[in-house]
Amino acid sequence: MSHAPLAAQFIADRPRATWHDQTLWFVRSKRDKAAQALPEWEELRECAAAIKAHTVAHLADYLEQFERAATNRGATVHWARDAAEHNEIVLRLLQQHQVRRLVKSKSMLTEECHLNPYLERHGIEVVDTDLGERIVQLAGEAPSHIVLPAIHKKKEDVGRIFHEHLGTAAGATDPNYLAEAARHHLRQKFLQADAGLTGVNFAVAETGGIVVCTNEGNADLGTSLPRVHIASMGIEKLIPRAQDLGVFVRLLARSATGQPITAYTSHFHGPRPGGELHLVLVDNGRTAILGNDEFRRSLNCIRCGACMNTCPVYRRSGGHSYQTSVPGPIGSILAPARDPQTHYDLPQACSLCGSCSDVCPVKIDLHHQLLSWRRELAQLGFLSASKRLGMQAMSFVFQRPGLYRTAGRVARWLVPKLPRALVYNRFNPWGRQRELPEFPRQSFREQLAARRRRGQSHER
Amino acid sequence: MPTVGLFIPCYIDQLYPRVGLATVDLLERAGFRVEYPEDQTCCGQPMANTGCTAEARPLAERFLTLFGGFDYVVAPSGSCVAMVRCHYDEYLAGRPGFDELKAKTFELCEFLVDVAGVAQISHRFPHRVGLHQSCHGLRELRLAQSSELVAPAYGKAQQLLQLLDGIELVTLARPDECCGFGGTFAVAEEAVSCMMGEDRIHDHETAGAEIMTANDMSCLMHMAGLIRRQKKSLRVMHIAEILAGYPV
Amino acid sequence: MSGKVAILEAIRKHRVPAAALPNLERSWLRFADPLAHFEGQVAAVGGRTVRVRNSAEVAHVLSTYSEFAQAKQVVSSIDGIASTFAQDAVTTPHDLEAVDWAVLPAQFGVAENGAVWVTDEQLKYRALYFIVQHLALVLPAREIVHNMHEAYARLALGTSSLGVFISGPSKTADIEQSLVIGAHGPRSLTLFLVED
Repeated sequence: MSHAPLAAQFIADRPRATWHDQTLWFVRSKRDKAAQALPEWEELRECAAAIKAHTVAHLADYLEQFERAATNRGATVHWARDAAEHNEIVLRLLQQHQVRRLVKSKSMLTEECHLNPYLERHGIEVVDTDLGERIVQLAGEAPSHIVLPAIHKKKEDVGRIFHEHLGTAAGATDPNYLAEAARHHLRQKFLQADAGLTGVNFAVAETGGIVVCTNEGNADLGTSLPRVHIASMGIEKLIPRAQDLGVFVRLLARSATGQPITAYTSHFHGPRPGGELHLVLVDNGRTAILGNDEFRRSLNCIRCGACMNTCPVYRRSGGHSYQTSVPGPIGSILAPARDPQTHYDLPQACSLCGSCSDVCPVKIDLHHQLLSWRRELAQLGFLSASKRLGMQAMSFVFQRPGLYRTAGRVARWLVPKLPRALVYNRFNPWGRQRELPEFPRQSFREQLAARRRRGQSHER
Repeated sequence: MPTVGLFIPCYIDQLYPRVGLATVDLLERAGFRVEYPEDQTCCGQPMANTGCTAEARPLAERFLTLFGGFDYVVAPSGSCVAMVRCHYDEYLAGRPGFDELKAKTFELCEFLVDVAGVAQISHRFPHRVGLHQSCHGLRELRLAQSSELVAPAYGKAQQLLQLLDGIELVTLARPDECCGFGGTFAVAEEAVSCMMGEDRIHDHETAGAEIMTANDMSCLMHMAGLIRRQKKSLRVMHIAEILAGYPV
Repeated sequence: MSGKVAILEAIRKHRVPAAALPNLERSWLRFADPLAHFEGQVAAVGGRTVRVRNSAEVAHVLSTYSEFAQAKQVVSSIDGIASTFAQDAVTTPHDLEAVDWAVLPAQFGVAENGAVWVTDEQLKYRALYFIVQHLALVLPAREIVHNMHEAYARLALGTSSLGVFISGPSKTADIEQSLVIGAHGPRSLTLFLVED
């Protein structure tokens, strides 16, 4: 099913859609406050975009530098061309260490690669330890947001899920109580785990280190109890210098949740004493995006989720309506690059308001890229026949001013005379909830001509 | 007397003649000769925004031919002006006169403030007004500061409205959220579009507005459609109608 | 062809326009009173700050906290605060789960966000920072930098296998955006700022 009918389903429960909208708008408002507190906000965005543009222009060199530095610090670097290779590498590492239980902290890349079901098929217990991710994992769903995975769940939903899976009291909905139950449940999982897998927020070419940001401390517990730490990262996570972190760390949490910094910003350089650190560098379509002048800047993305929080469509349609691991504006750019056949509708799930581009901390021109995608996809033949025919007809008329004038005159004369059922029916989605404008007898050009004939300067 | 080529979006020509007439009045009162090229139709934005660039291209070319010769080109629409200034490059880059065309094409309020230097308006408008920031005027033409950016506040439409005696501009909870019109989006994503429109209307109502205004009639057409269906008392007026002193 | 060679070749076959790396030596945000701003930020992120003159005062203030007074297992590497849990005796970080309180040094704080920098250099197991129920960190009050640029300028990143900016206690808002303190990690964070 495409985005529009899924969005309509989401909105059918209007109070819930309104709640979803308001909850995310609240996050956007917190972001505004945090951004406004830094007079140099726009300068930081400029710097971040420049650093990313520079890095992408020299990505191969920086990847090699990163590999050398990371290896010198005792980490092992693996390269995966696609999701399947990534999953195989992770499985092989887990099997080598006889891992039966894996704890994961948030990694959108492993969602993109569908790692969990793959590992589970191979008999490995995978526990997502971010509370939001654990909630959706227990519910058998995918995250609906990249930073707030369970943002679509109400506390009553969480209460039911926890009652079923964690044995919390029936009907309990107090977030403190539920989070406390999760704490006990997940502490056991951390203590039992044989390996920990994390995502990567930033990888520093100069130092060979990676940075992982969480509020819960789950990445830290998951990598300081088990001996083996696997970190999966897209190759675009690289930045050149340690000092560049100053720019990105200042932008990330403020953009994501309005916090000045996440509770834990953890810098890993090599394995801990007696442990192992494996870094899996994943392409999975990124080099193809890098080669495209139009969409290259989408690789700037630091996965803060601000474009989702501000997107008036996302807030009212929910993350699942996008049917892709990264939803919202940035997801609607990344998904068609990977699979246009499945995701060709997403660039149309946008009113082109441009709020995403202004909120983006790394200055991705998201709404322009969505517009570019519409063109690309139309050229690839993914535009519906009705839309294409409609546009061809409109263009034909607009190229012929006489025809345009006549068509307008006929429509303005005819439509008001038609019985209502002929105008307002299932073939007119405009009119389902909206009235058409009242059609004036005369067009502007006719009225202007009449006025000028009369020599009047004013007609009221 | 400098001559303004009046650029009236197709749907304003056909459906909202009063907005066009108000625009003529404002430009003439500001001391400009107004010419309306009869052969104009549509700037091509609906096709371009749907990805149909081949269908948009001839309309962009017509536009350059029709409007290239004026001192200024002015339209009562941020969205259509944004099409010319921000999106015609794809079709017209390098054509003789195109860079000049972009530089002399203005949205109405922007023209009145930046070129005509309008600093006073004589009539009264004793109403509580909510200003809807149409997105393309806001974030493509930068007619006002968007709420996402950390930069000094300004707003050209607001600046003009405040010249009216007796007007009260209400404060919205979400100062510049999209109304959900979005061209074909309004029908392709009908459910989201209408919910967005209703939420905007609700914000204006809650803020106590009697009249909602905007630089773009398309946003107002969408919201007026919802308002009329739901028989709400909120009125909509294009900003040109208010500034020209047309009755409510 | 190995994945590495394939990926690097796939990148290098594209011609990407060059872009300069920006110079980050700029006049970034500074505060008239960085220590006061730091204290405000720590409070805003759910932490607690206490100005003290020496470690004896740290011990005294801790003793006034009921959670500390009731703590059975305390690990301390601060002079004057006794450990009741023998950190060196454990042979796996999992055993640290029993620790109620840890009182440890931090290197410096950051005024703009209330974060403090700690590393695993002096610790047998780095899990200690995250697994204890309550964490207290002690740092000199004068060691507050203004912003993250200054913070990274003074770090020698990579000298330890783990370095962490900790800002407030562990927290989550994953249930209906309701803030809950004490997600997986410490339920409280107290920062003792030792004045000269």
